[in-house]
Amino acid sequence: MSPPLDKRAPSLPPLHTVTLTVNGKETQLKLSPWTSLLDALREYMDLTGTKKGCDHGQCGACTVLLDGKRINSCMTLAIMQEGKQITTIEGLAPTPDELHPLQQAFIDHDAFQCGYCTPGQICSAVGMMNEGRVKTTADIRELMSGNICRCGAYTNIVDAIEEVINKQTA
Amino acid sequence: MNSFTYTQADAVDTAVDERASDLTAKFIAGGTNLIDLMKENVERPTRLIDITRLPMATISETLEGGLRLGALVTNADTAYDERIIQRYPLLSQTILAGASPQLRNMATDGGNLMQRTRCYYFYDLATPCNKREPGSGCSALNGFNRIHAILGTRTQGSDGQLAEPNCIATHPSDMCVALAALEAVVRVTGKNGERSIPFAEFHKLPGDTPHIDNTLESDEIITAIDLPAKGFPDNFMYLKLRDRASYAFALVSVAAALELENGNITDARIALGGVAHKPWRKPEAEALLVGKPATKENFQAAAEALLAGAQGYGHNTFKIELAKRAIVRALGQAAKLEPTA
Ligand SMILES: Cc1cc2nc3c(=O)[nH]c(=O)nc-3n(C[C@H](O)[C@H](O)[C@H](O)COP(=O)(O)OP(=O)(O)OC[C@H]3O[C@@H](n4cnc5c(N)ncnc54)[C@H](O)[C@@H]3O)c2cc1C
Ligand code: SF4
Ligand code: FES
Ligand code: FES
Repeated sequence: MSPPLDKRAPSLPPLHTVTLTVNGKETQLKLSPWTSLLDALREYMDLTGTKKGCDHGQCGACTVLLDGKRINSCMTLAIMQEGKQITTIEGLAPTPDELHPLQQAFIDHDAFQCGYCTPGQICSAVGMMNEGRVKTTADIRELMSGNICRCGAYTNIVDAIEEVINKQTA
Repeated sequence: MNSFTYTQADAVDTAVDERASDLTAKFIAGGTNLIDLMKENVERPTRLIDITRLPMATISETLEGGLRLGALVTNADTAYDERIIQRYPLLSQTILAGASPQLRNMATDGGNLMQRTRCYYFYDLATPCNKREPGSGCSALNGFNRIHAILGTRTQGSDGQLAEPNCIATHPSDMCVALAALEAVVRVTGKNGERSIPFAEFHKLPGDTPHIDNTLESDEIITAIDLPAKGFPDNFMYLKLRDRASYAFALVSVAAALELENGNITDARIALGGVAHKPWRKPEAEALLVGKPATKENFQAAAEALLAGAQGYGHNTFKIELAKRAIVRALGQAAKLEPTA
C-alpha cells in the first residue's frame, strides 16, 4: 500500500507502476523513479526488517538477496529491479514457526548486541553461502567485511556463521 | 536527490541516441557510484537511462586469444570467472581487493572505469572544487589531503613553468590498476560508430580540465573491455595498502606482473593506484627491469624511477616513500622472493 501522494508537486514526473517480487510474493507499487529498493521495502511494503544504516553502500545493514545474490538495497532503484526475486530477512524462515539455521545460530551464539546490523549480517551470510567460496575462518571474516557491526559483535557473528557452514558441509 | 525521469534502453544504438540528444541524461548500470553521488547532489542528471538490460553482460574469447569483458559483467562475476582466474589471476585478485562482496555483485566493469574520485571536497557541496565546479578552486590543495595524488598533478603553464595543480584527486578504482598493467583496451560506441581506446589513454591527468576524468566522448557508451592474450598468470601481485584490512579504498596500491626466465626478467608491468588521477605507469621504469635478475636492488631502482617527480602536499607526503616500498614488496612477491601474506 502506497502512502497518500495526492499532494505531489505538479512539476514532478509521473509515478511509475513497479511490480516487485519480494519473498515470493508479487506486489504492485506506485513509485517515483528515485525510490531506492531499500525505501520501497521499508516505506511502501512495511518490510522494516531490512535496515538503513548509512544509505551509501558503506555498512551493509540494507543487504538483501537479488536472485540469490547479496546486494546493498540502498544503492539500487526499486524501478530497476522488476522481474527479480528479492529476498529479505522476513523471507528466510521456512515457516512462521521455524527459524532459518543462521537466525538460530545468531541467537545461540549471541551474535549481536543492539541487533541493528543483524538482518543485513544474516542476509549477507546467506549470500556468502550461496557463493560457496568459504574455506577458512579468515575467508568468513574477509567475505563478511561488507557488513559493519557498530557494537563489535564480530567474533560471535563469525562463530555463528562458521557453525552453520560446518553443519552444512558435514 | 533531485527529481529525474527514468527510461530503460533496449539497444546500444538507442541508448547512445538518447544520451546524445540530452547531455543532462546519464547511463545507470550497477548504480553504486551514481546513486551515491546523486544522494549527495554532486550528480544531478535530469534523466537516467537504465542500460542494465543491454546485451553486454558476457565474457567471451577474442580472436587475438584474449578475453572480452562485456561492460555489464559484474565485478564479482569477472573476479570469479574460471578463465579470468586461470589466465588473468592479477585481475581477479585486484577486483577482490576492492569494495565489498555486496558492492562487487552490483558494480559493473564499465561502471568501475567511470567511477569518480572519493576526494571528500568533491562530495562536499559547501567547499570549492574544480572537479565539481570548474574555476571554483581546489580545497584539497591546502586542506586535508591524506588520500590525494602525488604524481601527475602539476602542469606546465604557457611560460614553461610548473603551475599550481588544479586538482590533486586520485582515481579510486582497484580494477583499473590491473587493467592498466594488463594493457586492456576499452571498446566504446557513439554516434560516429565504434572505437577502441588503449587503457593508458582512457583516464586523463587533471591538467586544465579536472572536471573531465577520461577521454570517453559525451555520446559514447562503453560496450566492453578487451584483455590482450598476455595475462602474466605465473608472476603477479596486487598489493593494496589502506587504513583497514578490508572494505576501504587504497592509499597506495601496486599491480605488479613479471615474466621470468631462469630468474631473469623478460617482461615487467607495474601500475600504481591511489597516487594519481589515473592508474600510474611508466614504461621507462619497467624497461629498467628487462634483462636483469629479479633482485631487490633492481626493484628498488624501478621504484625510484616510477616515483620520479612525485610531490606531496602535506598530509599525503608519506605516500611517496610508502609507494616505493610497496613497489619493491609487490615485485618481490610477484617474483616469489617474498611470502604474499
Ligand atoms: C562503500 C563503497 C566502497 C567501495 N570500495 C571500492 C574499492 O575499494 N575499490 C574500487 O575499485 N571500487 C570501490 N567502490 C566503487 C565501486 O567499485 C564502483 O562504484 C563501481 O564499480 C561502479 O560501477 P557501477 O556499475 O555501479 O556504476 P554506476 O554507479 O551505475 O555508474 C557510474 C558511472 O559510470 C557511468 N557508466 C556506467 N556504465 C557505463 C557504460 N557502460 N558506459 C558509459 N558510462 C557508464 C554512469 O553513467 C555513471 O556516471 C566502492 C563503492 C562504495 C559505495
Ligand atoms: S582534489 Fe580535485 S576533486 Fe578534490 S577538491 Fe581539489 S579539485 Fe576537487
Ligand atoms: S544502508 Fe545500505 S550499505 Fe548502509
Ligand atoms: S549488533 Fe549492534 S550493530 Fe551489530
